[in-house]
Amino acid sequence: MSDLAFVALSAVLLAAATAVVTAKSLFRATFALSGVLVATAGFYLLLTAPLLAAVQVLLYTGGVLTLVVFALVVAGSNTEDARWRKPVPAALMSLAVFAALAVSARKLPETPPLRGLQSGKDVGRLLFSDYLVPFELLSVLLLGAVFGALLIARKDRSV
Amino acid sequence: MTLGNLLVVAAGVFAIGLFGVLARRHAIGVLLSIELMFNAVNLAIVAIAWSKGLIVGVVLVMFGIAITVAEIAVGLALVLLASRVAKSVVLDDLSELKG
Repeated sequence: MSDLAFVALSAVLLAAATAVVTAKSLFRATFALSGVLVATAGFYLLLTAPLLAAVQVLLYTGGVLTLVVFALVVAGSNTEDARWRKPVPAALMSLAVFAALAVSARKLPETPPLRGLQSGKDVGRLLFSDYLVPFELLSVLLLGAVFGALLIARKDRSV
Repeated sequence: MTLGNLLVVAAGVFAIGLFGVLARRHAIGVLLSIELMFNAVNLAIVAIAWSKGLIVGVVLVMFGIAITVAEIAVGLALVLLASRVAKSVVLDDLSELKG
């Protein structure tokens, strides 16, 4: 059962990922990216991390895709601009990286017992005890990003 | 479903994203491909955390997701600025700083 789900999710994930880099229209690429993100959320469910799957769909898929679609509408999405430049060296480079990563992944010893994560409560406890300082720093970072984005993108810049 | 297979799938998505970063001409296309690579890394982290039973991996990925959202917000703001100042979002046209 989990093997079947693994194969199906992998197929969806890789097909959607290919669509992200090959689609002529960037709107299509954006929706393919949402497919990638949802398929990854499926993987998280399979890997017994349901909380992470929920965060992925709500925050990542919802937030990021809305932002990207807005930017595409404002910045324009000429489909001719979306084409590739020098695809052959880029493909060679990424094939080499894939080969290196896949070979090293295959060399890993198979871990016999898979205990699973059973997250949720434990993640929350960890997040608000051991990792409280990084958590709060992250909120400062997000605030900085919001201010930075506003500062960069505002209209009445003096530069 | 083994750790090795999961990592190979993550490596595949990472390589596809790398191709997009190198080959796409539109700045937003490059940002989408960066998201792809980031997602592959997250998947690899969760796969390893799953095989070792480490909940810390989930916390790490949550931090990562929040940082990505911040990154994409600033990145898109830069794209909007480029589209206004340079009248183009094609990376080949944005070569003013080239030596």
